[in-house]
Amino acid sequence: MEFLNLDQISANPLLPEVQDAMIEAVRRNYGNPSSPHRLGDEANDALSLARSRVACLVNSALPKEVVFTSGGTESVNHAIKGVAAANWEKGRHIVTSNIEHNAVLRSLRTLKMFDYKVTSVPVDEYGRVNPDDVAKAVRDDTILVTIMHSNNEIGTIQPIKEIAAVTKKKKVIFHSDAVTSVGVVPVDVQELGVDLLSFSANQFYGPGGVGGLYIKRGTRIWPLLDGGVQENNKRAGTENLIGIVGMGVAADAAVGDMKSRMEHSLKLKKRLLNALNDHLTDFIINGHPEQALPNLVSVSVKYIEGESICLMLDEEGIGVSTRSACAAGALQASHVLLSIGRDFADAQGTLVITFGVHTKEQDIDRLASTLKTVVENLRAMSPLYAKAQ
Amino acid sequence: MYSEKVMDHFRTPRNVGEMKDADAKGEVGNPICGDMMTIYLKIEEDVIKDISFLTFGCGAAIAVSSMITEMAKGKTLEEAKKITNRSVAEALEGLPKNKLHCSNLGADALHMAIKAYEDKKAGREPMVPLRMEKHVHQDKEAEKCQCPYCDADLSKGLVVCTNCGREVDHHE
Repeated sequence: MEFLNLDQISANPLLPEVQDAMIEAVRRNYGNPSSPHRLGDEANDALSLARSRVACLVNSALPKEVVFTSGGTESVNHAIKGVAAANWEKGRHIVTSNIEHNAVLRSLRTLKMFDYKVTSVPVDEYGRVNPDDVAKAVRDDTILVTIMHSNNEIGTIQPIKEIAAVTKKKKVIFHSDAVTSVGVVPVDVQELGVDLLSFSANQFYGPGGVGGLYIKRGTRIWPLLDGGVQENNKRAGTENLIGIVGMGVAADAAVGDMKSRMEHSLKLKKRLLNALNDHLTDFIINGHPEQALPNLVSVSVKYIEGESICLMLDEEGIGVSTRSACAAGALQASHVLLSIGRDFADAQGTLVITFGVHTKEQDIDRLASTLKTVVENLRAMSPLYAKAQ
Repeated sequence: MYSEKVMDHFRTPRNVGEMKDADAKGEVGNPICGDMMTIYLKIEEDVIKDISFLTFGCGAAIAVSSMITEMAKGKTLEEAKKITNRSVAEALEGLPKNKLHCSNLGADALHMAIKAYEDKKAGREPMVPLRMEKHVHQDKEAEKCQCPYCDADLSKGLVVCTNCGREVDHHE
């Protein structure tokens, strides 16, 4: 049986038109966009077209507000460290939330070594930040607020517009890590009112290793990578033109298909939630019931551990993701799940199921019935289940 | 990631289940560190006649539990005491480095069950199992101290361990 990828947040297949455009770009052997001759001009045209398409996806007013990067991680690092570097005389305080991605957490960790202070605001049981908490956390020396658009583990979407109203009033730069949102749900930088927004091509069927950072005109930010004058002086280094061309085509497709993709995902999500109800006992669905990504379901299965569920599903030809970080020395449960009130054992038994345009209804049914057997097998050997009976 | 032997024991674990009439049991771990393991023993004339386990944990933890029950079955208590985490990991044709602690858990549970049996037989109070996970700082005033996670030296005031990268809260 064909392997079923229900871990599409990690990797999803390139759209055929993206593949074609990238192969064409390889064959045409574009020059360097910075070259002062016709090869450079051709390359520059391809770069500009891709930039316009990506700008359209996030609805930025000017294409040059979009800077191409090597992916979501670089975008986030650039936004946070770049604002810190450009505003260090103004202040050394940053506000964030308790459920950010490691790219944010570890960028802030680096800044802490250079005497920056960080305030992290809590989230409610659904993983939502209260904009009032952000307002209270902002001080005179706050230079940046960084809150993710949607969460990669539980899918909850934050009230970004309301938080942007706070930062605008307090005159603080606002960055949102929108890696799991852009191309999946409508993200409009002008409507949201953000100053910086990070995103990545591989979330919307584009290639890995290429992403974007939206920088609103006039935002004080320093480059992360120093060197040449590429990307409007904001990101040095010869552009990854083949990847960027692919990202542009993927962005174009995402704009056109956004509505039908969302409808498809929502239908699958509803089907999965119903199927889990039919097949499983003792589980918790994580995240907000409405303000959430349509393509993600997070489920904490009680009394058993996530990695063993993943391994057994893999044996049956199904790939899902787990949030039990059983790695690297001391074991730690997901900070996101602990922040929304899951206990350690439930956090260890959490699966993240993500799907996309290629997923079919029968795939969802296959997962649900296989999961039932796997859960029964693992519970039969669980001391926690034995005690609970 | 795992050896074929590990996957074999994970797929078809041996000696699974609670033993209601066990002569002794050993319980280790807690869900905070990720794994919990209980080993049950049935003992006749200092020989392990029957053994079973219950485990909450990753693939490696389940395979280790299964393997250790197979290794201990039929052995005398003295022989079973010689089973170490290393010998379990070797019997499983190796474990990934970050999963070696799972084999510690298996040997700990077995040895604890044997100890519980011997204590009961000798009329001693059974030992309360304790697994220390938290590192406590001894001297807050000292110029240098150690990272609670990796034991590297930290200079005073450092909020991030430059060796393992973990944040060290109580330094602030």
